[in-house]
Amino acid sequence: MLLRHHRRSPLAGDAFAFANADSRIPNPGTKASPASGLLRVLLLLVLAFAGLAHAQAIEPMPFKDHAQELRFQHLTRQLRCPMCQNETLADSNAPIARDLRNQIFRMMQQGKSDEQIKQYLVARYSSFVLYDPPLGPHTWLLWFGPLLILLGGAGVVLVAIRRRSRANSAATTDAAAGNGPADNGDDW
Amino acid sequence: MSRLLPFIGFMLLVGLFGFGIWWNTQHDPNAIPTPLLNKPAPEFNLPKLYEPAQTVSKADLLGRPYLLNVFASWCVECGVEHPVLTAEGPTLGVELVGYNYKDAPDDAKGWLAKHGNPYALLIADEPGHTAIDFGVYGAPESFLIDAKGVIRYKHIGPLTPEVVAKELKPAIAAMLKEAP
Repeated sequence: MLLRHHRRSPLAGDAFAFANADSRIPNPGTKASPASGLLRVLLLLVLAFAGLAHAQAIEPMPFKDHAQELRFQHLTRQLRCPMCQNETLADSNAPIARDLRNQIFRMMQQGKSDEQIKQYLVARYSSFVLYDPPLGPHTWLLWFGPLLILLGGAGVVLVAIRRRSRANSAATTDAAAGNGPADNGDDW
Repeated sequence: MSRLLPFIGFMLLVGLFGFGIWWNTQHDPNAIPTPLLNKPAPEFNLPKLYEPAQTVSKADLLGRPYLLNVFASWCVECGVEHPVLTAEGPTLGVELVGYNYKDAPDDAKGWLAKHGNPYALLIADEPGHTAIDFGVYGAPESFLIDAKGVIRYKHIGPLTPEVVAKELKPAIAAMLKEAP
């Protein structure tokens, strides 16, 4: 996440725009030499990539290729850190998250599939580590609870509407007994 | 009746929130259930803390039940738990095995020298790889392992006198009754 963000490097893009603007509009007050523009670009590039160097210093992992790195990042984003619980394994800096990232990396080098790695973690830390919990007897309330609440709410609304329309029609029959047009109570 | 409806709804919400608060005082919201309960403990082969040349494996400990206590010198809560282990350890009826987790051996030895050593045996897992097999994600954690090497009980967080009396001792009693 961090890596990719820095690799796209919006700051460096800005630097180019800045430098171009600098060379296009010569400022009479200063010597707008191309060299100073280049220096500025270099400086901003260095600043922009300082963050990248830092991000890599946290965890230099010798991935086989870029595809494996992407697979690793994708997988660790789907897994929850057991210690901090509201962070993914990719984001967390907890020691256990670091250990588990290393373990996942090792398993990837051994040729284990994403599914095997997930099973390995679930066997040790329960399905808690999965952000996408499996559908089972112990999770049915989690999956269908919201639907039950929605149905309950719909029931309450239905009863309230029935009651109100009944009260309305009772009132209109009273009115119709006197005079005026009959209201069927459906105007809401 | 219809005028009472909002009030009843409100009281239902109050009840729900009250239950939530009560539930969180009774349970550690950070504890995640272990899938290893009532399953054989994972295999391990770890060096002893005081004699790193010697290792202890799961097979070495079969035949007698023990309480595997994961601790570390860097762990603040372990300092809270330590006096409880020291006081209650001899009354438990099972051996205490210390599992030094991701700790520098010298730090661990210094910590034990300062606070006392309640453990019958101490093993060290400095890299923390074996701890992953146990589903450990912090310290302290405690595993009650029976004579056949099956995990009978797990506690995440410090063992307090309440936890020992209400959970650990009944678990030990049930285990010993089944297989003395």
